[in-house]
Amino acid sequence: MTESQNLLDNAVQGSNLSFFYEPSQWVFQDLNFSFRKGAINAILGLNGCGKTTLLKIILGVLKPKTGTLKRFGETAFVPQIFQAVFSFRALDMVLMGRTRHVGLFSRPSKKDELLALKAMEKLGIENLALRPYPELSGGQRQLVILARALVSEAKILIFDEPSSALDLGNQVLVLRRMRELSRKDSLTVIFTTHMPQQALSIADEVLLMTAQNSFLAGSTEEILTEENLENVYGIEVKLLEVEKDGKKTKALISLFPDV
Amino acid sequence: MESNKTSSASIAPPFKTEQDSQLTPPQEPQDVTKSSGENNMNKSLSTPSPSLSLKAKGGYLFPLLILILLASVVLSLIIGRYELSPSEAFKILFGLNETTEDLSSLNDTIVIRTLRLPRILLVILSGMGLALCGAAMQGVFRNPLVGPEILGVSSGASFGGVLALSLGFSGGAALIPFSFVFGCGALVLAFFLSRLARQSSTLGLVLAGIVVGGLFGALTGAVTYFADPESRLPGLLYWLMGSFARANPDSVLFLTIVTIASTIPLMGLSWRLNVLSLGDTDAASLGIRVSLLRWAVVILVSLFVAAQVAVSGGVGWVGLVIPHLGRMLVGPDHGRLLPISALLGGIYLLLMDTLARTLAPFEIPIGLMTSLVGTPLFAFFFIKLRGRGWTND
Repeated sequence: MTESQNLLDNAVQGSNLSFFYEPSQWVFQDLNFSFRKGAINAILGLNGCGKTTLLKIILGVLKPKTGTLKRFGETAFVPQIFQAVFSFRALDMVLMGRTRHVGLFSRPSKKDELLALKAMEKLGIENLALRPYPELSGGQRQLVILARALVSEAKILIFDEPSSALDLGNQVLVLRRMRELSRKDSLTVIFTTHMPQQALSIADEVLLMTAQNSFLAGSTEEILTEENLENVYGIEVKLLEVEKDGKKTKALISLFPDV
Repeated sequence: MESNKTSSASIAPPFKTEQDSQLTPPQEPQDVTKSSGENNMNKSLSTPSPSLSLKAKGGYLFPLLILILLASVVLSLIIGRYELSPSEAFKILFGLNETTEDLSSLNDTIVIRTLRLPRILLVILSGMGLALCGAAMQGVFRNPLVGPEILGVSSGASFGGVLALSLGFSGGAALIPFSFVFGCGALVLAFFLSRLARQSSTLGLVLAGIVVGGLFGALTGAVTYFADPESRLPGLLYWLMGSFARANPDSVLFLTIVTIASTIPLMGLSWRLNVLSLGDTDAASLGIRVSLLRWAVVILVSLFVAAQVAVSGGVGWVGLVIPHLGRMLVGPDHGRLLPISALLGGIYLLLMDTLARTLAPFEIPIGLMTSLVGTPLFAFFFIKLRGRGWTND
């Protein structure tokens, strides 16, 4: 692939990124990766390896200490299940996604309100519009925050450990939504996870963050091999192929050998 | 640096968990606002233009509060040690009274025009501004225990006032500028302190405010201690407890200008305030320049607080208590919360001040009144009526 094609194809590109909160305690160093436009990109790694920090750098909330990060398009953020301090209505929460389109001293217009409702409708949660956000269930909250990201019209959606606090059924629902957004709406999806299964299920590309200075980036096939996963997690794993209705799915199981 | 995870959430959780474990029964009966919201929701689904029914409840509240405020003004104009009838008060207020040589009619005019009217205006401006600023600060700091005084500005302004009085300037001409300048100085000090600590997060600001407030509190103590107990001390102590008795057209004009300059931009920023109240990371990802906006709010609030202390001395608890009442009535959206809190604050402080000058044969310091009434009110809101604005979880 040539350099110019690269630029056209990439949604986010990081080169030689390093970051620390306290000097001399690197969260990561010399991180290189590129996330393709319209693809689903997973950032996979152990707890505390700097996934969320990297997300904040991609969002522009934190600045890298070295290296450069290029974004080709606006980003919208879907945090982990969001604890609100104030009890805004769900509709108000979604409307906040329009903030970039609202002038400094103005408020969202009727049009913004309609767009917010449309986004909620798309996710099937328009009936929650007037409910106080804190009273919603975890799955409902995640969808409200997703609607907030959609209504911003950003082309790059960034999820921080989506569904990590949800039950299995809701997890799969959220992952399916993410895949739809990539395949049908051509949005770029970037998400962090510490569960390899999630990356296996939907990701096209994976950035596997292992230890401070080592990382692997590439297609899901290339990166999520039994060998790599065993190295990262330090356990025995097995990748299985499951076939249903002629379609293949990969499943990951960890082995518990008899003692 | 302002947007790291720990700082944005650092103040709120203790409060929330405390509520969790002690104050909330898990199954709270549905409150009125909630059920009316759900009725609206059903309507909105069946109608093609849902935005009409999406309007928040309580549209009647605004005119109602304005009426109550006007009624309080009339009440405050006519009662006091010198009683007047409402009709007389109106005539004098709008210049409709016949000019007579009658001494009592002249007295009436003086009482209304030069004593009560400026005082009432000053009290209303103070109450409105304090409540509005308190609501904005609680949003920005995401904390219900925050008031407009949090940055030590009122301590600075109090010190300025006490200094002016101890130096023998008793008139407003020197007192107000002294107090105002020291209040603003306190903010500058807090700013550099939080910068030095390389913290512009809410926690850094609160810590800087505690330091600055403590410092000026100590200095105020020192000046009070060394003040001449015969000539200076009584006036100084009296001023510290707050009083609107000094109100005059100049102080009204001064506070009017500062109030407009600070509260109008704050209300204009109401949507940005909503977004900022979600927390730093979320707000930043939604396109807010978090640090800049927070400082803008803090500066606007501090300007008002410094000016307010300068004209009356310290009036505590209004900015802390009233926003809670406002949030219970209209929810957390600052577009409605700020004006409603302002009206509530104006009414509340006017009633307090009217009581302060009529309850006893002497005038009760207003700071004493607002603290005596404000503290139990605060406890009441905090314990009984929570959950309508602050979350349950």
